[in-house]
Amino acid sequence: MASPAPNPAPDSTALPARDTGMSRLAMGAIALGALAFAVLPLILPTYQVSILTEVLIFAVLAMAVDILAGYTGRTPLCHGAIFGVSTYVVVYWTSQMGGSPYVGVGLGIAAATFVAAIFALLAIRTSGVYFLLLTLALGMIVWGVCLRWTSVTGGENGLRGAVRPAALADGFSFYYAVFAAVAVVAFVMWRFVRSPFGLTLRGIRDSESRMRSLGYNVPAHLFLAFTISGFFAGIAGALYAMFNDFVSPSTVGLSQSVEGLLMAITGGIGTLFGAFIGSFAIIGLENLVSLYTERWQSVLGAMFVLIMIFAPEGILGRIRSFVAQRRR
Amino acid sequence: MTDFLQLDSVTVQFGALRAVDDVSIRVREGERRAIIGPNGAGKTTLFNAITGVVAATSGQVIFAGKDVTRAPVHVRARRGMSRTFQITNLFPNLTVAENMRLAVRGLSPRKFSFFGTDALDAEETRRAGAALEISRLHTRRDAAVKELSYGEQRQLEMAMALVAQPKLLLLDEPAAGLSPAERVIVSDIIRALPRDLTLVLIEHDMDLILSLVDYVTCLNNGKLLVEAPPSEIRGNSDVQDVYLGKARHNA
Ligand SMILES: Nc1ncnc2c1ncn2[C@@H]1O[C@H](COP(=O)(O)OP(=O)(O)OP(=O)(O)O)[C@@H](O)[C@H]1O
Ligand SMILES: [Mg+2]
Repeated sequence: MASPAPNPAPDSTALPARDTGMSRLAMGAIALGALAFAVLPLILPTYQVSILTEVLIFAVLAMAVDILAGYTGRTPLCHGAIFGVSTYVVVYWTSQMGGSPYVGVGLGIAAATFVAAIFALLAIRTSGVYFLLLTLALGMIVWGVCLRWTSVTGGENGLRGAVRPAALADGFSFYYAVFAAVAVVAFVMWRFVRSPFGLTLRGIRDSESRMRSLGYNVPAHLFLAFTISGFFAGIAGALYAMFNDFVSPSTVGLSQSVEGLLMAITGGIGTLFGAFIGSFAIIGLENLVSLYTERWQSVLGAMFVLIMIFAPEGILGRIRSFVAQRRR
Repeated sequence: MTDFLQLDSVTVQFGALRAVDDVSIRVREGERRAIIGPNGAGKTTLFNAITGVVAATSGQVIFAGKDVTRAPVHVRARRGMSRTFQITNLFPNLTVAENMRLAVRGLSPRKFSFFGTDALDAEETRRAGAALEISRLHTRRDAAVKELSYGEQRQLEMAMALVAQPKLLLLDEPAAGLSPAERVIVSDIIRALPRDLTLVLIEHDMDLILSLVDYVTCLNNGKLLVEAPPSEIRGNSDVQDVYLGKARHNA
């Protein structure tokens, strides 16, 4: 029945060490992964370097999806559309308006963020399968607009761009420019999910009612999370515009959204950097499979089913829980 | 005048069911009040109406002199209400320390820091440490909540509600399902609360109630049945009929 001390001993107020950074193992793995992406282009043929560029760009899209699906507990099916809005704006600005690619990238990201904010207003009051379906419908609207608004978007034919700055014309230097940009973006996103706001999102994922009773305005936090996630998807879309120099309705299509989500799930939902593994696995497989068959979509579907059955926590999630078990 | 929490004819209706039926209660500042009543009497629903989880169908909720009947949950929390849940409501995938961090930061603008460090500042760390200490969880801060025992989870419920330094604390059956040893921890926590804190406690354990509160309100079928000091509540025949009588049936 001892009455508790008002001031706990200093050691009990100290922060737990594991919360101040990440484990050595995780840092080693990240260093190894970054090294692989840095060195691989030196030994790969040009075509594979361009695939690797695509892997990096789509990893950013998958991380943007993971902010909502993994950290906030809201699985979106509209991020392909948000991504593609950015791509359209960058391509349109450079090819139809003759503007500078750098301004175009800024405009593309701004447009994607704006679209995400509108989607957020409509979607944040739903959750679960309703959120999934509502975001799917919102993405379809964007797709429909891009398909029908022929005078601006070129309709089914799409738009060919003149996006890439002269300095980055060859695939090799472009790869390293993307590598640098993605490294910065990945670091910023990592800081974001580890920030107080990032913890708030994980709290919302686990219990919205508890968050409200603690004083959190849950819809406001969801709105910000959605908009910020869209901002990052917009960065990926702008990079993709430079990479592809072409945009058509399939860039904003549902399959793009599904692929972004599949990459996040394959890598491991709620792991952020698992997105690189997921993007690598899916784009790699896509290129491999298309050598032998036209039925990439079926293979993708089958692979998704296998992952959901055997490793629902994704590749990185699987590795993490394996390491955690070994530590016990 | 000094009524801190005032419910005026509060009714909460679910379809045809009046879960809370025309209840008026006044709790003074610093008072410790128990709410008792048989299962389904409407106690938790009353808490939900006070905190804003459900909207009162009619009537008014006045808290610290302000009408909060239409205010959303998080606004009432900012005004100084804090609660625990009868059905444990924590962040199961986060650690104890992270749960506390969320609880501490609920009322601080730092929750909108997008790129800052997630660590608490010195004052917040001290408060979180003290709340964990009182709740006997200070050695468990790195444990994931889903790995805590049921008793520990209940203790964390209390710690999180306390650390916000509320003006009004609402505890929904904090000792239900606990072992006698764990109940002692709960009553210790309640006894250690600052004396100016207003407390409303839903509890079935008469011994706990008798030793902890100033006044008891008994609900039955959503209606207010009796209000009396704890010493008289046991002897009250109405209470015996609906509450103790029903308990005997259940036994
Ligand atoms: N959201 C809801 N929708 C419909 N009915 C509800 C809802 N919440 C509570 N009820 C009903 O209202 C009545 C009162 O429930 P409440 O949980 O408030 O009782 P209680 O006094 O807390 O009981 P217990 O001692 O079992 O916790 C019950 O009949 C319950 O089924
Ligand atoms: Mg109840």
